[in-house]
Amino acid sequence: MHLSPDQIIYWQMGFLKINATIAFTWLVILILVVTSVLVTRKLSTDLKRSRWQNLLEVVVITINKQIEEVGLRQPHKYLGFLGSLFLFIALSAIGTVIPGFEPPTGSLSTTAALALCVLVAVPIFGIQEQGLKSYLSSYTKPTIIMLPFNIISEVSRTLALAVRLFGNMMSGAMILAILLTITPFLFPIVMTLLGLLTGIVQAYIFFVLATVYIAAATRTQDNTLSESS
Amino acid sequence: MLIDWFTVVAQVLNFLILVWLLKHFLYHPILKAIDVREKRIADELADADAKRAEAEQQCELFEKKNAEFDRQRIESMNKVSEDAKNESARLFDLARQESDTLRYKLALSLKNEQLSLQDELNSKVQKEIFDIVRKALSDLAGTSLEGCMAVTFVQRLDALQDAEKSHFQAAFKHSDQPIIVHSAFDLPDEPSALIVRALKGLLGDSVIIQFVTEPELISGIEMNANGQKVAWSIADYLTTLTKRVDEVMQSHGESHDNTQANDIGMVKDLNEEHSSDEKHL
Repeated sequence: MHLSPDQIIYWQMGFLKINATIAFTWLVILILVVTSVLVTRKLSTDLKRSRWQNLLEVVVITINKQIEEVGLRQPHKYLGFLGSLFLFIALSAIGTVIPGFEPPTGSLSTTAALALCVLVAVPIFGIQEQGLKSYLSSYTKPTIIMLPFNIISEVSRTLALAVRLFGNMMSGAMILAILLTITPFLFPIVMTLLGLLTGIVQAYIFFVLATVYIAAATRTQDNTLSESS
Repeated sequence: MLIDWFTVVAQVLNFLILVWLLKHFLYHPILKAIDVREKRIADELADADAKRAEAEQQCELFEKKNAEFDRQRIESMNKVSEDAKNESARLFDLARQESDTLRYKLALSLKNEQLSLQDELNSKVQKEIFDIVRKALSDLAGTSLEGCMAVTFVQRLDALQDAEKSHFQAAFKHSDQPIIVHSAFDLPDEPSALIVRALKGLLGDSVIIQFVTEPELISGIEMNANGQKVAWSIADYLTTLTKRVDEVMQSHGESHDNTQANDIGMVKDLNEEHSSDEKHL
């Protein structure tokens, strides 16, 4: 039994290799992109539109609205990054219902990579929004003593993001594999459905947390004052 | 080791590529389409608002025009009604006038007809009387009517008072105008000579006497000169006859009216009886 799809290696040359995590990531990316291309190729700006276009519009608008509700004023700006996070994790979770599918998010490498992306994206968006000095000074708030704690908080929450997602996805796959050996038919189906729900919830949690981090980083001094007043 | 750093780097790259691809193929086109649709809907709503405002304006204008039209219609109707009333009154007056004129003309015509009828009757009666008298005289006395009339005329001349005679004589003494004797028929020689003799005896031999026949003359013989007149006429007889005929006609008309009145009264009574019968029924 593999704890991580990283251990399933399809091809390797030196340190270069293609494991199940990368392969299934490409599959997820392919599905997302091909679907997008197929649907957006014939976009209708009229009131009458196709079902697929309707579905994608609902998805995009819902993500956009969620970003806005969390507190980001210009959701279009963050939609690419945060929306991709959600769609990638959600589709990976949905894929678990397909037998033989190894969710890329079940690999700690993937969740770590996503958490690292969030770790890097937060200061980038923060600096973009409020400037380098203002952003860096936010680590010394309310006093300079809080600087190490803020840095630790930044790292630890990134770690928490990665481990939370990995733990949930891996545990779901593990439980399913163990149950398949004990009760081959009925119980694994229920657990698969539960895993599907857990995966979607985790995708939402990851997306919302990343949004909250970015929102906290991009909140300027003026915004804070105006909101507090 | 659960973390494979090569995989981590690869996944980071994969994720960044995914972000770029989705931005390019999903978010941007979808958001653009939504924006275009929203703009279109907003434009259509604005257009609809503008059209509604215009429609409301048109409706207001229409209502105003409608009210104005109603007011004008009522005014026109009143005016037409007033004009019709005036025209009706005028036409009634005109009709009444025409009716009066026609009635007057009818009365005049009737009167003329009556007069004409009376004249015709008179002349016929005269003719008949003359014919009857002439025949009766001829059959009974062997004399002519003309002769008798001349004798009567002469007797009247003789019967004139002295004052009248002198008045005649004074009137014809200095006159060189002829004395004209009118008669309804041609006088025979004997009666003419009798009249000439009588007149010459009264007025002198120098007097000129001229006989003129006028069939329409009612009287038998008539003499006019200088405002003096001597005549024997059957006009009085005819007047008396006409009066009596009128009296007879009038009495006949009254009896006819009374009969009609009685008939109407009887019809009324019958109607009343009939209505009372109906009531009883």
